[in-house]
Amino acid sequence: MTDTVAQPASVARAAPDTMAWDSGLRRLMMIYLPLGCFVLILLFPFYWMAITSFKPNAELMNYKEHNPFWITSPTLAHIKHLLFDTAYPRWLWTTMLVAIGSTTLSLFASTLAAYAIERLRFRGSPYVGLGIYMAYLVPPSILFIPLATVVVQFGLFDSPLALILVYPTFLVPFCTWLLIGYFKSIPYELEECALVDGATRLQILRRITLPLAVPGLISAGIFSFTLSWNEFIYALAFIQSGANKTVPVAILTELVTGDVYQWGALMAGSLLGSLPVAIFYSLFVDYYVSSLTGAVKE
Amino acid sequence: MSVTTLPSPALAQRQPSWLVRLFDYKPFLIVMCLAPAIGLLAVFLTYPLGLGIWLAFTDTTIGRRGVFVGFENFQYLLTDPLWWGAVFYSVFYTGVATFGKFALGFWLALLLNNHFPFKSLLRAIVLLPWIVPTVLSALAFWWIYDPQFSIISYLLVDVLHWRTTNIDFLGSPWPARFSLIVANIWRGIPFVAISLLAGLQTISPSLYEAAMLDGASAWQRFRYITFPMMMPILAIVMTFSIIFTFTDFQLVYAITRGGPVNSTHLLATLAFQRGIAGGELGEGAAIAVSMIPFLVFATLFSYFGLARRKWQQGEAND
Repeated sequence: MTDTVAQPASVARAAPDTMAWDSGLRRLMMIYLPLGCFVLILLFPFYWMAITSFKPNAELMNYKEHNPFWITSPTLAHIKHLLFDTAYPRWLWTTMLVAIGSTTLSLFASTLAAYAIERLRFRGSPYVGLGIYMAYLVPPSILFIPLATVVVQFGLFDSPLALILVYPTFLVPFCTWLLIGYFKSIPYELEECALVDGATRLQILRRITLPLAVPGLISAGIFSFTLSWNEFIYALAFIQSGANKTVPVAILTELVTGDVYQWGALMAGSLLGSLPVAIFYSLFVDYYVSSLTGAVKE
Repeated sequence: MSVTTLPSPALAQRQPSWLVRLFDYKPFLIVMCLAPAIGLLAVFLTYPLGLGIWLAFTDTTIGRRGVFVGFENFQYLLTDPLWWGAVFYSVFYTGVATFGKFALGFWLALLLNNHFPFKSLLRAIVLLPWIVPTVLSALAFWWIYDPQFSIISYLLVDVLHWRTTNIDFLGSPWPARFSLIVANIWRGIPFVAISLLAGLQTISPSLYEAAMLDGASAWQRFRYITFPMMMPILAIVMTFSIIFTFTDFQLVYAITRGGPVNSTHLLATLAFQRGIAGGELGEGAAIAVSMIPFLVFATLFSYFGLARRKWQQGEAND
């Protein structure tokens, strides 16, 4: 980036540009200030959610005497109400069960599919891959009405099992695509060596390919878990009874009662419902970013 | 690639059972490996998709099998102002929200592409709105938009004294429409920013050096290097964003449920209201099917974006 190499005419224009860019004040105005605003706006709803869930009702409804941005006397009343007076623990349990069940099912199906498409290489395998990818472009919003009738036909209406079976429709395409990318990065020679040594295909998958693809499996797993934890429209359409609802649906349909909204309890429920994925996320943040960007780049 | 191994004495002694040999027979193995994924997708995705299109041509209601009625549902929808309202708002919502998400998301990606301390921490924080269940953050927005205790109204009225009355965010059509769009943009920025950041990091710094040597200004570097190099990834991310914004359901259902006076219905929420809540499965399916042309359009957009990428790289695939 030495300007001395450039033609004299362009030095005059290029030099102040780079110089100014590196100067402290300009950097502050152009980078840190906008970044600060972004972070503030992106995080504010969470702060507001958290602070509301620990505020007593008196403070919640009175901005004249209490500064709304802070709590003077924090309380656990909303969380206590949620955990002991409602079916919240039950909803959390159902959501966890559904998320783990559908994640396991989709990981199983998509690992095998990705292995077949990427490593067993048959005629038309790219088209099968493309077909599975296209399935990702079919949004749940156009499927939920016919799926509801299918679920009723199978006698699974109002059962969490319906959700475990249906969620893979959007998890499998994503996971398969992600895992194809991972399998691609594993050297082919390793498998050839094993083949020459007389290992069967399934042994190769279990002993060589899968151990090497563990980062990919973790990415796909946490992503599936998050997506199924967050799913809403199917859970809303297929589950009727209060006890079997998942957290997002239950908060909206069971906790919103009457005309006076209990904002404290609602926000506490949202906070508790977000925490598992947030904790999960903080543990595996690099996997999230790599799977998100990897899936897009594919 | 078929590798044929000669039966060595050691293997011959072990005598693999017929089951092991069957699973090593490649066509059988391929079928077995693909069966779970294809089976799940066929039963719960392809079949319902076809069934949905069939339902759209029947007058099925919950608990009663319908008969084929041809285009009656669609003819009815064409005369239904609510459907036209939902089409209008879906397109408006998608257009404005996508524009906002990409303008702000691209800006955020450019900011994050600089060097500064705690970069990875910041990147992790930025993704948070996208990780948290949409309905739960939508509830937070509902509370932020409360007519009486909105924190934004408090800021504008009591702290900054810019207004004298509280803003009625969700009480009348246009403010409600824009409030929902803001919430959607808020939720969409992280995904756009992080995906575009990944794209930005693949652009070779030597291109910028060459441009700077030639005296290109910061704007010219953005316009003639960053933007064209980002085109392919921008096209893909935008297709996804358009598809999932157009078919959005959660945000609207959680915050306004289509109100006030049905002004914020998206096609998906209208389909839910008619199909599941109202029991008119056939009509709901017709509304859902009416989204398909828009989605096909978005997918073609993606296809041409991809084709352009291959053309730029000058090879068949990567």
